[in-house]
Amino acid sequence: MNILVCIKQVPDMESRFKVNGTGDWYDEADLAYRMNEYDEYAVEQAVQLKEQLGNQPEITVLSIGADRVGEALKKALAMGCDKAVQVQDNDSARKDPWQIANIIAAFAGDKNFDVIFTGMQSQDRGSAQVGVTVAEILGHNCASTLVGFEYADGVVTAKRELEGGVKSVVKVPVPALVTCQLGLNVPRYPTLPNIMKAKKKELQLVPVASLLKEEAATGTEKLYPPVKSGGGIVLEGDLGDIADRLLGILKEKTTVMK
Amino acid sequence: MKALLVCEQREGKLLDTSYELVAFAERLGAEVSLVLVGTPAQAPQVAAKLYLADVNKYGEYSPELHKHIVLAAALKENPDYIIFPHSSYGWDLAPRVAATLRVGQVSEVVNIVDGKLEVSLCNGKLRRTVSPKAARAVLTVQAGAFNYAGQKSGAPQVEAIEISQGSSALQFVGYEPAEKKDVDLGRAEIIVSAGRGVGKKENVGVIADLAKAFGGELGASRPVVDAGWVGHSHQVGTTGQTVSPKLYVACGISGAIQHLAGMKKSDFIVAINKDKDAPISEAADVMVVADVLALAPVLAEKLRAA
Repeated sequence: MNILVCIKQVPDMESRFKVNGTGDWYDEADLAYRMNEYDEYAVEQAVQLKEQLGNQPEITVLSIGADRVGEALKKALAMGCDKAVQVQDNDSARKDPWQIANIIAAFAGDKNFDVIFTGMQSQDRGSAQVGVTVAEILGHNCASTLVGFEYADGVVTAKRELEGGVKSVVKVPVPALVTCQLGLNVPRYPTLPNIMKAKKKELQLVPVASLLKEEAATGTEKLYPPVKSGGGIVLEGDLGDIADRLLGILKEKTTVMK
Repeated sequence: MKALLVCEQREGKLLDTSYELVAFAERLGAEVSLVLVGTPAQAPQVAAKLYLADVNKYGEYSPELHKHIVLAAALKENPDYIIFPHSSYGWDLAPRVAATLRVGQVSEVVNIVDGKLEVSLCNGKLRRTVSPKAARAVLTVQAGAFNYAGQKSGAPQVEAIEISQGSSALQFVGYEPAEKKDVDLGRAEIIVSAGRGVGKKENVGVIADLAKAFGGELGASRPVVDAGWVGHSHQVGTTGQTVSPKLYVACGISGAIQHLAGMKKSDFIVAINKDKDAPISEAADVMVVADVLALAPVLAEKLRAA
């Protein structure tokens, strides 16, 4: 069996984001990057599938971006992936989901992956498009938003998360692509021996131009912080003082304080 | 401008997001038609053309077949926009339609600003306007972002739709109902919710005590539930419960869009957070800049003394 995991490196969401000089993206300087949280579940599920099948499958982990994505790839290798592919692109943040999906599909096209794992969305763009679009281009079966994954005899039994706590169960024959929701599993922490081992694993570099043949289908016009709804009161300072002022406001503005 | 709205139903019930699409299309000023895989009994009560495919024939979740149904309706209507709810149904189906048509998709539209589609990014810390490059595009619309104020009493002109593709490689097995709730947040007048900012499971008690002092219920954000600190029945947000209490107190919650969508209709919102610029401040009537673990006991004591 042949497995592909697609991961993205995203800024730490706790960062203070600043709009760049041209006003159409955020300033990437001074940001700390990490593996997209959803993708950690994708990596973990791929490794669990490999373990279930007696470590026979080979897992390729792919990321698109500048050299810094090597850090995310190393983490995935230390978690148990076998080899890494960096699609080299210093401008990956500007590629739209259609282009990103086409890059991945072009890479995967002739490699006969049985199961492809992606996160259900990225923490920065959150389009939830890339995984499903890759499956569509490749003609693979696809189920999104997985909170449960089982595999037996060429069929993935996927538990999808719907709204309001309801889940649905669907059987997906391979070749299949699944997108992983938070809580699907418990992503492992790489151990020190595995971090050392990961350093010896293969990292393949592929120039983005060799895979991308598509123009962007959508473009960012303008990026900006949310407009504050206004009228919001800000309380700061001494705790006792804050508490008194807050209770005063609640007595005045709500009907629930007796 | 013409818009084809892809409605959704589940287990025999039309979902309300279908009407939110109508509200969104009205904001766009679009001429509307609808498509639904369902039954005549679930038809949205909107005076517009409705393409109806039989759910008993095509299945409740068989995205390949639903894709062809949407494409068949699009072929008849030739719409500028094909619009889905940004839900587990919509975000699963929309990219399949967009990829087949080779058109762009704009996901989770939250607003229309100067005629442009606005979406959120980086957990709600930033917004951007996005333009499709071609005249036709696929859109998904954030749940709760557009309210349908009209009457649900229009009579749709129903046209049955059939496709030649008959079978699906995916096999839908069934639903798993939500866990039994030990708390009904939908009825609570006051909800005090714990977020990732409370730090660890042991600290949830401090927030639960504040909820008690308010005479309210304990809520939680998704990360707190995923970490197992609080049970799922307490989860507020699109994948938990959508709530609108008289008072909502968000403790250490940054305000991811999925959480905001679940609580922003509350009558009065207080956010307690160390970060003054956390996205929750956008929805808050009062933003308290403080360490919630230090403030909560002080506040609880004063509430009990009052």
